[in-house]
Amino acid sequence: MGAKGRFGRYGGQYVPETLMAALEELEAAYHGICQDSSFQAEYRQLLKNYVGRPTLLYKAEKLSERLGGASVYLKREDLNHTGAHKINNALGQALLAKRMGKKRIVAETGAGQHGVAAATAAALLGLECLVYMGEEDTLRQELNVFRMKLLGSGVVAVKSGTRTLKDATNEAIRDWVTNARHTYYLIGSVVGPHPYPSLVRDLQSVIGKEAKEQMLAAEGRLPDVLVACVGGGSNAIGLFHPFLAHSVRCIGVEAAGRGLDTGEHAATLTAGEPGVLHGALSYLLQDGDGQVAPAHSISAGLDYPGVGPEHAYLKDSGRVEYTAVTDDEALAAFALLAREEGIIPALESAHALAYVAKLAPKLPGRIILVCLSGRGDKDVAAVAAMAEVSI
Amino acid sequence: MNRLETKLSKMKKRGEAALIPFLTAGDPDADTTEKLMLALAANGADVIELGVPFSDPLADGPVLQAAAERALARGMTPGGVFKLAGRFAGKSQTPLVLLVYYNLVLRRGLGNFCREAAAAGISGLVVPDLPFSEAGQLDEEAKHEGLINIRFLSPTTSEARMAQICGAARGFIYCVAVMGVTGERAGLDPAVADLISRARQYTDVPLALGFGIAGPAQAAEAAAVADAVIVGSALVRKIAAADGQQEKTKVAAAFARTLKMAMRGERNVV
Repeated sequence: MGAKGRFGRYGGQYVPETLMAALEELEAAYHGICQDSSFQAEYRQLLKNYVGRPTLLYKAEKLSERLGGASVYLKREDLNHTGAHKINNALGQALLAKRMGKKRIVAETGAGQHGVAAATAAALLGLECLVYMGEEDTLRQELNVFRMKLLGSGVVAVKSGTRTLKDATNEAIRDWVTNARHTYYLIGSVVGPHPYPSLVRDLQSVIGKEAKEQMLAAEGRLPDVLVACVGGGSNAIGLFHPFLAHSVRCIGVEAAGRGLDTGEHAATLTAGEPGVLHGALSYLLQDGDGQVAPAHSISAGLDYPGVGPEHAYLKDSGRVEYTAVTDDEALAAFALLAREEGIIPALESAHALAYVAKLAPKLPGRIILVCLSGRGDKDVAAVAAMAEVSI
Repeated sequence: MNRLETKLSKMKKRGEAALIPFLTAGDPDADTTEKLMLALAANGADVIELGVPFSDPLADGPVLQAAAERALARGMTPGGVFKLAGRFAGKSQTPLVLLVYYNLVLRRGLGNFCREAAAAGISGLVVPDLPFSEAGQLDEEAKHEGLINIRFLSPTTSEARMAQICGAARGFIYCVAVMGVTGERAGLDPAVADLISRARQYTDVPLALGFGIAGPAQAAEAAAVADAVIVGSALVRKIAAADGQQEKTKVAAAFARTLKMAMRGERNVV
């Protein structure tokens, strides 16, 4: 990182003055926990005994055989408590909020996985929790809405703008601006103003650290290629970061929605340009005037016109490659993993798998490690509806 | 000194609080906004703050979010706002400041944006998502075009930060009266007087109070401590509720007069 809170030119703190004191407070607390062994011990203990870490690194032999080419390993973040990688971050930040003396957390959510993780962490740690979710997403992900309520959290269906993750984030930030003195904003990805992108990356890096050790134990060497889906980009950064110093190819897969040429997609790094949204300078889907363009993806968790600033930096520097797959390709990969391995992936993770399906045949003898960021139970109803199957 | 500085420093010297009404450009259309601006200028507005509608106005409450959505739906763009500002500046001496979210400035290019704004007769920029620690580049470009990039203070701004912000301020300092987003509040927060008196220790630049000022009573309270009073949501809501350009203009003019009278301490006989 270069200047304060910057990844190259990206990142920063583009927020109203009212939030600057809250960010200063957060930054101090974040530096505090980095050096606080009692915090780290408490967090590790929860990851082990509550979340169920380390998650498995699973060699998907049947899938590899079917694709013909590279060996494919899955980092099974879907096996975490609450069913996705989101809990790694939510628990860490909720612990931090508690240390800071905050009694209330607010969070934004797209697919509802981060909302569920935040509500879970709040229940466990005795914090009040309110989750903002775009109205369209509350309809796509009804089950997660109910789960959050069951966990004792409030859920607000956001009716402004495009009624998706972007607008839920606006609304969570508005709540935070109003209540910053006693409220902690538990952001769900490596986005937002500094220090969030670094804080969330550090918490999610457990994915890559474990995967590295597990791969060394399994194969005696590092993988050749890492693949992860990118919405905001937290599972991808979490996997990539511990490998960046090694010569391992990293590929982030965005949502091409109905196709990049249709304009209906969420491929921010592939098709966007630099801009400021939600407190950071990064890549952004926007029109010629700088109005934020609505994103589209079949996956609510990738349906976001922004992306974490560290990804913007990694794209420009060429260290990480970014590509995109369509809704249809993701749906095919969703079905493929279910059939071949008996694992139903989240639609978000299915984007990474869809790219692996294209890549593996070209890389015989190589090892591809893909982050299976979440399980697909939440998506089953929506996929059935698209296939016009009634369940 | 540009037009804005001259006006506000003169008013400060004679102890008169300035009224700064806010309008979203293009709500409901450019022509109506221009008429509203002229009506405000003729009825007590000392400076006008014109908002460029943005898709993601995260510092705004529901009233100004809705105004931005209406304006965008009718096709208002930054270019359209410059044209509107230019037409107004050709007819009125009332200084104009532009409320604009940073991405719109960045997209046009900082230098280009400032050049176009200055050419349209705008005196200052108010960028709600650009705290002073990120504002260096825009400050420079603005200065080059004779524009002022307005600073913000909030009730939570630390003492050290306040000293820095005040040290580099010109035109006026936008003091955020409440923790939160724009929108009317029931009463003026008692912390406001404290914020103003803290800021006075560091600067002689006029201090403007905004966010949450709902009507004449609060405007009078604000004018008692601050050098300028910014009224946005309350005005925009009243205008939106009135039917047709003529009625909207009448409502805006009457509200501006009421606010200005209350700020002068005169009794408003209805």
